[in-house]
Amino acid sequence: MHTHQHIFNEHEVLHELKHFLPAQAPLKDFIHHNTLHAFQHLKWDNAIRQAEVMFGYKVSLSLEEYRGLYQSKRIKPENLKRIISERKGDKHLSEWLDKTINKVYELSLQARIGNLRSHWKSQYHINLDSVTHPKIFRILCSYLDQGISIWKFPVHEKGFLTSIREIEKTSTISLFNSERARKLFINNRLEIDELLAILVGDENLYKQYIFDQQFAHQGWSGMVSSIEDQPQSLLDPKKISIKELIILECLLEIDTLDNKFGENWAPLSHKLSEKPIDLFASIQSTELNEVLSIWQSAFEWSYYDGVLNGIKQLKALPKNNLPKSFQAMFCMDDREGSIRRYIEKNDPYSETFGTPGFFGVEFYFKPEHGKFYSKLCPAPVTPKYLIKEIDTTSIRKKDAHFTNQSHSLVRGWLISQTLGFWSAIKLFFNIFRPTMSPATAHSFNQMDKFSKLTIENTNPNDRENDLQIGFTIEEMANRVEAQLKSIGLVKNFASLIYVVGHGSSSVNNPHYAGYDCGACSGRPGSVNSRVLCYMANKNEVRKLLTQRGIDIPHTTQFVGALHDTSRDDIDFFDESSLTELNLKNHQKNKLVFEKALDSNAKERSRRLVSIDTSLSDKKIHEKIRTRTVSIFEPRPELNHATNALCIVGGRDLTKGLFLDRRSFMNSYDYRIDPDGKILTNVMKPLGPVAGGINLEYYFSRVDNHKLGAGTKLPHNVMGLFGVANGIDGDLRPGLPSQMIEVHDPVRLLIIVEHFPEVVLNVIKSVDAMYEWFINEWINLVAVNPETHEFYLFKQGSFVPYNPIEQTIEHISDIKPIVEKTLDNIPVYLTN
Amino acid sequence: MHTLIQFFVILPLIGFLISVLLPRKKENLISKLSIYTVGIHLISFIGFIGYWLFHNHPTIDFKNIILFESKGYEFFIDFYFDKITLVYMLVGSFLTFLVTIYCSYYLHREHGYKRFFNTIMFFYLGYNITVFSGNLETLFVGWEILGISSFLLIAFYRDRYLPVKNAFKVFSIYRLGDVGLILAMWACHHLFHENITFFQLQNDLLVSHHLENHSFIGFFVAFMILITAAAKSAQLPFSSWLPRAMEGPTPSSAIFYGSLSVHLGVFLMLRTYELWEHQTSVRILIGLLGLTTSIVASGIARVQSSIKAQIAYSSISQIGLIFIELSLGFHILALVHFAGNAFLRTYQLLVSPSTVSYLIREQFYNFVPRPTSIEDSFSKKIKYTFYILSLREFNLDTLVYWMWRPLKIMGRSLKFINSKNFLYYFVPAYVVGIILLINEQYIPTQVHELLPTIFAFIGFLMVLKSYTERKNVQLAWILIIMNHFWIALAISFNEHYIYTQSLLYLSGIVIMGMVGLLTIRKLKSLEDHVDLNTFNGHSYEHPKFAFIFLLACLGLTGFPITPTFIGEDIIFTHIHENQVALAFFTASSLIIDGIASIRIYARVFLGPHVKTYHESAFKSS
Repeated sequence: MHTHQHIFNEHEVLHELKHFLPAQAPLKDFIHHNTLHAFQHLKWDNAIRQAEVMFGYKVSLSLEEYRGLYQSKRIKPENLKRIISERKGDKHLSEWLDKTINKVYELSLQARIGNLRSHWKSQYHINLDSVTHPKIFRILCSYLDQGISIWKFPVHEKGFLTSIREIEKTSTISLFNSERARKLFINNRLEIDELLAILVGDENLYKQYIFDQQFAHQGWSGMVSSIEDQPQSLLDPKKISIKELIILECLLEIDTLDNKFGENWAPLSHKLSEKPIDLFASIQSTELNEVLSIWQSAFEWSYYDGVLNGIKQLKALPKNNLPKSFQAMFCMDDREGSIRRYIEKNDPYSETFGTPGFFGVEFYFKPEHGKFYSKLCPAPVTPKYLIKEIDTTSIRKKDAHFTNQSHSLVRGWLISQTLGFWSAIKLFFNIFRPTMSPATAHSFNQMDKFSKLTIENTNPNDRENDLQIGFTIEEMANRVEAQLKSIGLVKNFASLIYVVGHGSSSVNNPHYAGYDCGACSGRPGSVNSRVLCYMANKNEVRKLLTQRGIDIPHTTQFVGALHDTSRDDIDFFDESSLTELNLKNHQKNKLVFEKALDSNAKERSRRLVSIDTSLSDKKIHEKIRTRTVSIFEPRPELNHATNALCIVGGRDLTKGLFLDRRSFMNSYDYRIDPDGKILTNVMKPLGPVAGGINLEYYFSRVDNHKLGAGTKLPHNVMGLFGVANGIDGDLRPGLPSQMIEVHDPVRLLIIVEHFPEVVLNVIKSVDAMYEWFINEWINLVAVNPETHEFYLFKQGSFVPYNPIEQTIEHISDIKPIVEKTLDNIPVYLTN
Repeated sequence: MHTLIQFFVILPLIGFLISVLLPRKKENLISKLSIYTVGIHLISFIGFIGYWLFHNHPTIDFKNIILFESKGYEFFIDFYFDKITLVYMLVGSFLTFLVTIYCSYYLHREHGYKRFFNTIMFFYLGYNITVFSGNLETLFVGWEILGISSFLLIAFYRDRYLPVKNAFKVFSIYRLGDVGLILAMWACHHLFHENITFFQLQNDLLVSHHLENHSFIGFFVAFMILITAAAKSAQLPFSSWLPRAMEGPTPSSAIFYGSLSVHLGVFLMLRTYELWEHQTSVRILIGLLGLTTSIVASGIARVQSSIKAQIAYSSISQIGLIFIELSLGFHILALVHFAGNAFLRTYQLLVSPSTVSYLIREQFYNFVPRPTSIEDSFSKKIKYTFYILSLREFNLDTLVYWMWRPLKIMGRSLKFINSKNFLYYFVPAYVVGIILLINEQYIPTQVHELLPTIFAFIGFLMVLKSYTERKNVQLAWILIIMNHFWIALAISFNEHYIYTQSLLYLSGIVIMGMVGLLTIRKLKSLEDHVDLNTFNGHSYEHPKFAFIFLLACLGLTGFPITPTFIGEDIIFTHIHENQVALAFFTASSLIIDGIASIRIYARVFLGPHVKTYHESAFKSS
């Protein structure tokens, strides 16, 4: 027995706290992730209810919304009945139908978080937060600031508290209003439990108090925690920890209380009549929870069943063995599905593939004159390579409106009377003739199109900051081989193979990074596409590949490109290296791309009310482009909104099926991977990437206030790393309402084309991957490639699944439907 | 040409009224109406300028409507046009036009689209009335509209805590500034013995003649106007409201708090220039105020790490410089500076979300790690001190809090004013007051002299209690009504006072008071939880009630929708020059009336909803 063991284990509590806090990195590294990642070890239903009770989040649509969807037939009665029968048995069907459709429930939400600290207000009649929050937010923001303020935080290199302490010691004016807090602060060895002893008293309540305190501003706490773990996410690095934040906040609380009551006030625990309910206590599932869960499943399967029926009814295309005119690799991103569809339509001999948009090449990128490296691969990967840009010709343009000069007194006087009138003219043109400006975040600016890249490494000693500059031939071959095998492109190569990365352009958009390629850590994929093409075009690499059984004809050339998903522009790289014949074909293909981009712009425009969808493709495309440079347009594009599916398999599985830009598509050929080795690598990132995107959209949609960022219209940029409402607000992680408003909150359904037993082995092979499926955060269906039967992953095994029969309509042209539909378009057969 | 000016006020009025009637769902119609109203306004105004310049650009004064007339008193709406109007109107019209177009896209699908455009039109109406006003009374009408519409714009996201809290804060400061305007109007009556127009102020002889004989009143008028202007233009000590007003959608913050609203203090100073032109002490005061503000605000601006707060404080410091220019008599410079600053800050705020991508890119290419600075300890001490001071905004925000504190403490100590005592003591007391009034001739002169002040004081207590009441909504509301009754009673003891004027004053109060009371009763019958302790947010379920109650609040605050607003002005003409205490209590009552009724509106109808069946934001966001 350890009699001296403390009840309050600071290390453990802080570790747990950090786990629960929002994990969003600073804006420039915006990467989608599962908002409720802290609950991922629990089964979905249980997890979201736990989050609801603990933190007061709304975790599903409201009963009213579900019933509305049922009324409008978006939730189909057959699916609702089937879900109820499965869960409650046929005997109870009518009883539960009545409960789901008609019964009146008490819907008020009571969160456990904040209960303990609410006693400051009820027992002490003091609104602590209204005093401490503005102060602490301001100190944090000034300390972490990346370049807004003119006078930086005076001491910066010593860590958060040490820096403030030094200022506090030197300054004649204190940050505190009372003596005790100041003295405590000046004392160097300050521990959280000492302060909590003053504030709370009862050690049993410390943990809950800290949770209450930090979750009263979860945005700021989450940011601090994220910067503590990844200091490199700030260009101007800052040392800070959640522990320091808690200490400072406790001190400010003591300060505020002292200021009001003098130093003699009883700790909070002394005034509690009863112990507040434990934040972590287990929860009881209510009937309402069950009803909501039934509704959610019914909602999801009302959509999934349509897709599965579509796949079932899709007639296998007659195999043509004619040579391909060209092949194109796109990102698996749901936004690329429609452009692939149009390319295939415009040139029936073309073939497209989907793959994570970093194209299997992981490295840091250093633009010429850049002072930093940007990571161009999925966030969890730490590359060992560096690729540098050299010989650039373009010049960055500047805009005086963003300079600090205008904020100083005397220069401001001059500037406001000169530049001020220029602003009026600029504003006028920005409203009536929006054009690209230095304020625009433009995807093509990431890299100079005509620059050179240091892709090849000939000398292993050629290193910079412990990174190898470029790849060796062997390393190149490995990557090209893995990339081609993962998408099943190992024979029948066309003479031109495009590798199309994607990025996005927008203006007045602090969340710009969330619009770029997630597989490139929230950046455009242009460098990656060029790098892969360089590797695949290299003779030495081809030789190695031939030895490994991948024989790429010497006439075949890879061409890098970047697709701007908001402007629907495409640009090709290194065209000058094409052979004469290929160049000629390339010019032809370009027309195919262009036409497809116009059509794609039109399809996207159907959701944008400001554009008349009946106009010609070209006109609409122009309007789409203008939109991305309009400062008054909060929706340059709708991103991943409506995403719901992920197809892992050959193109034939879904070619000819209209999926309305709702599907991630990762090309994969089971035939070259009988034991599922490649599939493991393909599926490993699906959880964090596609699942992360899907769940962030889900939670931001169902509770845009608490789990999303709310409307972006009042957002104020804080220190260049976050946004808040107004000047005293908490940071707002998550997605703004403009990004999620058209999203249907359904979990992702992954459809894998392989034998169920292989898929089962694959997902079980990695624990982290298995968690996504066994805990039902992602739904999974395997399609037997030979029998075309469906198998649903359910509680640890695959069981045969028959979608509820429905006829999928056949249409020859999607255009008329695009022109008149604003909402989600159902699944159609188009071939 | 004279009659043309009223067109520029009537057009936005019509636009506003129609916009209120449009259906909520018709985004296109709502925004088109606003764009066309402002667009036609802008174009016809430019045409008017041409016409005006062609006709030797005369200063125009147009006495529009006499709303009330009695012996020795005339209440009239007066419009005025000169180069100051021209610059303010042109900048205002131009920016509002562009920003309305901006908003028609920007606010697409936003909950409250119609409410937003209604408020913008309302603001624009207020701006026009203010800028075209020809006397202080007309200006006050516009001024009040600006105050309310600012409150509504800041609290646009009315279901969140911080916008509502900050909107109320800003409104309180605006009202505080309005005391200055009311008292200045009062003093002007006594100075000139009439409702003086700005046109008459051009008459140097007239002004200097009156000022010479009453140098103290002259100073008092100028000082009061300066307070009003300082509050509106966020000069010291009021500065901290401006950054806190940045709670609405970015374009509304850009146009109103970045440019138009915040420069109206400067406008007021320009308009009343002749009143303080020859008072050196006032001019020094204005210059010093501008100087300190510009230094303090530019210090605060330097440490701001959020973009909107930085722009707000930079703007304040520039306005400080404009105040210096004013005090030196450089009018043209001040006007140019106003226009430039307004354009610059509007644009900076509008593109403020772009700062992230722009500055991060700049940082990416130009970053130089900060050197570890080793300085001598003295300069370090000064530097750190100034840094912390600026970070704490020179404690300006707490200062505002402390300004209200005595009133709050007083109000809270008035525990004996509760619904029971109210019925048993205060209603009978009022009856006694009326009996005294009827038998006025029997009261000894010394007592008679005291009575108005005593009654006004009782009224003042009523409104203080109302301002701090935390439970009973009806009581708080009735106390405001009673306050007006006590004031009417108090003034009735002053000679020459005619009962019909009392009726005029109280008519609006009674009607709107009843409307408000009925709304609260109806709401209480529908909802369990209606109190003043927290924000109740009932506008979530009862937006119509919220709207009606807002109208009632406006009626009760002497807003120009009932005759009460004329009555208020008349009342002041009946307060004698030597009755400073009476003037003080009456003016304070009227100011706190406004704050108290808007407080009731905010607490009952705005803020996070008390019911938790739907998603709502965290308090800290």
